[in-house]
Amino acid sequence: MKHEEILHRCFRCGYCKLPSNYTDINCPAYQAFRFETYSPGGRMWLLRGWLNGEITNSKRFAEIMFSCTACGNCVEQCAFPKFRDLLLEVFTAGREAFLDAGHVPGPVRDYLTKIQLHGNPYGKPGKKRPEWAADLGVEPYADQEYLFFVDDVGAYDTRGQEIARSVAGILQQAGISFGMLSGEEVSDGNDVLAIGETPLFEELARKNIEVFNQKGVKKIITLSPHSLNAIKNHYPALGGSYQAMHYTQLLAFSMGNMSLQEDGPNHRITFHDPCYLGRHNWDYQSPRMLLKGLPGASVVEMDRNQKNAFCCGGGGGNFFTDLVSAEEDSPSRVRVREAAETGADYLAVACPMCAVMLEDAAKVEGLENRLQVKEVTEIVAEYMVGA
Amino acid sequence: MEAIKFDPEICNQCETVDCLMKCQYIEFTDVAEAKTEKLKINAGEHSRVLDECLTCYACQEYCPYDNNPFYLLVERQEQLGLLPAPTPIVTEQLKMMGPKGKIQKEAVTPPVVNMCAFPMLTGSVRGKLFEGASVIVGTDIFCNIMWLHFAKNSTIKERVPKMIDNIMDYYLRDSGVDEMVCFHDECYGTYTNLAPAFGIEVPFKSIHLFDYINDRLDELADRITPLNVKVAYQRPCSNRLIPETDPVLDEILEKIGAERVPRTYDRENALCCGGVPRAHQRDDLADELVEKNINDMLDVGAAYCIFNCPFCMATLGQEVAENGIMPILISDLVQMALGE
Amino acid sequence: MKELIDRLKKIVGDRFVSEAPEERYIYSMDMGTMPASAPDLVVMPASTEEVSKIMEAANAHQVPVTPMGGGLVLSGLTRALKGGMILDMKRMNRITEVNPKSRYAVVEGGTSQGMLQAYLKKNHPELKHSVPDAPPIATLAGNVCIHGSGHLSVLGGYHSDMLTGMEVVLPTGEVIRTGSCSVSSDWFGKAPLPDLSGLFMGWAGTTGVVTRLGIKLFPSYRYNDLLIFVCDDAEDMPDVISRLTSTQVAEDMTPWMTPIPEWARGFMHINIAYGAHSKAELTFKRNLLQMSVKAYKDKKTGGFLPMPPPQKNRYMKIPTPDLVRFADVRKGGGFEYVGAIMAIEHFAEAYRAGVEIAEKNEVSYSMGARIVGAGHSMMFFYAYAFNRADQADMARAQKALEETNAATLEMGGIPWKAELPAQQQIIEKMAPDTFALMNRIREALDPNHIMNPGNWERA
Repeated sequence: MKHEEILHRCFRCGYCKLPSNYTDINCPAYQAFRFETYSPGGRMWLLRGWLNGEITNSKRFAEIMFSCTACGNCVEQCAFPKFRDLLLEVFTAGREAFLDAGHVPGPVRDYLTKIQLHGNPYGKPGKKRPEWAADLGVEPYADQEYLFFVDDVGAYDTRGQEIARSVAGILQQAGISFGMLSGEEVSDGNDVLAIGETPLFEELARKNIEVFNQKGVKKIITLSPHSLNAIKNHYPALGGSYQAMHYTQLLAFSMGNMSLQEDGPNHRITFHDPCYLGRHNWDYQSPRMLLKGLPGASVVEMDRNQKNAFCCGGGGGNFFTDLVSAEEDSPSRVRVREAAETGADYLAVACPMCAVMLEDAAKVEGLENRLQVKEVTEIVAEYMVGA
Repeated sequence: MEAIKFDPEICNQCETVDCLMKCQYIEFTDVAEAKTEKLKINAGEHSRVLDECLTCYACQEYCPYDNNPFYLLVERQEQLGLLPAPTPIVTEQLKMMGPKGKIQKEAVTPPVVNMCAFPMLTGSVRGKLFEGASVIVGTDIFCNIMWLHFAKNSTIKERVPKMIDNIMDYYLRDSGVDEMVCFHDECYGTYTNLAPAFGIEVPFKSIHLFDYINDRLDELADRITPLNVKVAYQRPCSNRLIPETDPVLDEILEKIGAERVPRTYDRENALCCGGVPRAHQRDDLADELVEKNINDMLDVGAAYCIFNCPFCMATLGQEVAENGIMPILISDLVQMALGE
Repeated sequence: MKELIDRLKKIVGDRFVSEAPEERYIYSMDMGTMPASAPDLVVMPASTEEVSKIMEAANAHQVPVTPMGGGLVLSGLTRALKGGMILDMKRMNRITEVNPKSRYAVVEGGTSQGMLQAYLKKNHPELKHSVPDAPPIATLAGNVCIHGSGHLSVLGGYHSDMLTGMEVVLPTGEVIRTGSCSVSSDWFGKAPLPDLSGLFMGWAGTTGVVTRLGIKLFPSYRYNDLLIFVCDDAEDMPDVISRLTSTQVAEDMTPWMTPIPEWARGFMHINIAYGAHSKAELTFKRNLLQMSVKAYKDKKTGGFLPMPPPQKNRYMKIPTPDLVRFADVRKGGGFEYVGAIMAIEHFAEAYRAGVEIAEKNEVSYSMGARIVGAGHSMMFFYAYAFNRADQADMARAQKALEETNAATLEMGGIPWKAELPAQQQIIEKMAPDTFALMNRIREALDPNHIMNPGNWERA
């Protein structure tokens, strides 16, 4: 198994369970299940035990492996600088080994099968991808400066589509030149890669790269930070090199092009860092620049912010496989409670998965009257002249 | 036969005894008393000066005859077993800063910048100012001048020739380079002033960072945006060994639009940063020196405090910052003016 | 067993009981050298009521129970030696009260050091608690129960000295309180009542499950500093420690002696942490500490390292990650240590024994001590690193630990949180009537012998 030589070096000290300020449990799977086995250290020791023949695969072991959301808190917090950068990779390698051996939880199998057959986890036809744009008047990509790449959630989920529309609208208002694809594209594959199904990821990536290259795409704005991560960090090795950025990174410097009200609504906003924009790609500032530039708004931070942000629980395919939902201990429910504690009325997000996860959680927690989950451009829109 | 280049006859004839009379830390009733003490030192006898010396190197600058009063003082301290710092501290430091033997041959291209034993500062060698520079660093090329603070001339005599060999054998010779830029005064002082005084041969030419920067600024003149700031300069002790480089700093600062405000404790009256006295267990004195230095900087309204010594910067940097003055290396200030 | 499992699921919920091989595997081991010993199941309660019902069930079925906090004890005390269930207490992690006027906090049995530290920093920045150098997920209850020590131990003694009261579920299920909280709603201390907390501290979980505890809080200082004293003669250390502690201004004093990095080999360092409400006060305290050991400065045989602020900050992090990092010294994710609590005058002997044992057994080692109280005793620790993927390496470390236990007992020291073999060595040396009393108490509290059996028993 790849990277198996680091497994025995884990001391199970547990730093990986917490953020750097120790305020609360910061590993989504450990938060949901609370057994030591579901913590990063638990997985390290279990994998080693499995390779040594001390324990065998089982449904529960598979659940332990696939409930990791690949949020990266363990990489950030592990006390051992000499191998912590490989933690997520070794967990992916473990999952890869499980997939090879056929030990896959049902929901994961379904998720992968749908993507394999349809190019997206919804099982819907590819040609329906562009429907989110409806009457917005977004042109098909043909030599505009940017391609706006919309992920599966943005394309097929109702709430995701709303967000895709909002982002596209603001990009238009900011005078950005961009076009979209017409359904020839497939899933970005980021979470398929995290799950360990590398051949499928490569297939998806190559399909997208072919489409991008055929159209002469050079610069890509992504709706989802998951897409950003795949395209920016993993597509180049497969022949696809583009200048990829998240929409907040582009808009952060475009605020001057937008007419904002002189004194807008007094919202108290708290920002939830998406794992794939924050920890994985080190940008904690772009979304904050957008929010802090809104006249009348105040931005407050949760105890766990930036590199300490607590994952909503949607990564690693869990948005679809739902392996980390655990009643009141679900990461998304814990997170919205934390957001509510700041006294904020808006919980700002910059990822369609985070939006859906946290909104559902807010409903279950009965917080809808106190705390609204809003995507960043939806908030910006409220502050524009003529809103 | 003295190991240090020194002519006792010069001291016998000297009427001003500048080395001791100008000392900022030791009091003498009159020149006669100072002369008595100096002659005791020269003769290898005990003098209170050997106990009270701060090891600030200033007397090297004060002596008008280049008669190496400080090097000789340290020689006597070691000969008489008068260590200014506790033995375990010195022994541990000697081990910590000793050559590790991990040096590898590396091709270098000029300008070769010698960063001594401070790998944490290599990030300062960047941009157009240092375009094309190779950096060499590590305890295997540590200049070893710090042992002057600890009455260990013997270590200097033992290690400096080895460091010179290392620089030649691992870096300069194979690349056909015969000169290097010393990022710090300590190294430049070691190779241009201390080495000759100790009778150590130096086969390469040393360029002081100030000279290097001064020349580069002429080459990059069209990229300079004057800073229009007041800066306080914390002149390091090693600059006392090479005072001819001090006016070069004036030229640099003028070119970048920075005013070297006339502090009380600058130029010939520069005050120790307080770092070494703590190693000598003289914390009260160190506290006093820090306070004097900071108040002085505040009095002249400096916005920046420029350093050219990593130890001064580590010692004073936080205190300076807490008082609202920005601590910065000289090279970094220059790069601000160059927009990098 | 099925009946018990069903009963437990009804108490805590299906989600929080597991008899799966994965949990049994992980919970069978801790990170030290003690061999694995698997439980039959793992249970995670969320309230005192649940713990009480669990104990009743365990008694009814005569199934052993092993309470566990962070599981970071390293000496294997949270292994289920005779099977049964492990009670992972970490779901009970609330902070139920902070009283700033009488400076105490009340927390649950699974509350972690880190979370209390964070909570105080945010909500009561003028207060802090004594933090051990264990990783932050370690629990307060676990640490108090093994007589741990930490960053305020020079000020306040062992963490067991800082206890102000407890709520405990007895092996037979009754919930009792010890200290002032058994009579009053205030948890200010053990005095003036009969001190029943002694029935639960140092017993390796064989007398009950701590579900709540009160601990002392201390003033947090705005200005903090660190001095590091160095000398090279271990014989000087008791005198140095005595002088430094006589000033009564330090919060923490930790000697450390390590052969790696090479420059540190053979030197005795003492990290002395102190704080103050103003800079002038800080300088005053520094001067007191320095003056106390002036004799060494005068003889040039010892002194304080010059530490520029950037270097100091690394040493002042609480808890220090350096300790945990020692586990990777042999690239093998393992270390264990003997912490022998002993009288301070044995310092040189303790040090020499450590060097000898480590070199003889060819193990990577690091030594240090935590001074407790105004120089009342010290916890002298010998840490040995091992590569857990190398059986021979682990065996060497184990042997070194055994020999260290024996050597320190010889000196009149007593290993804290003693692992099984060391427990037995202690029992051999213990006054027979004392050990007999321990057994009588256990018999009275735990007639069915279900509380962490296998511990504190003669070989």
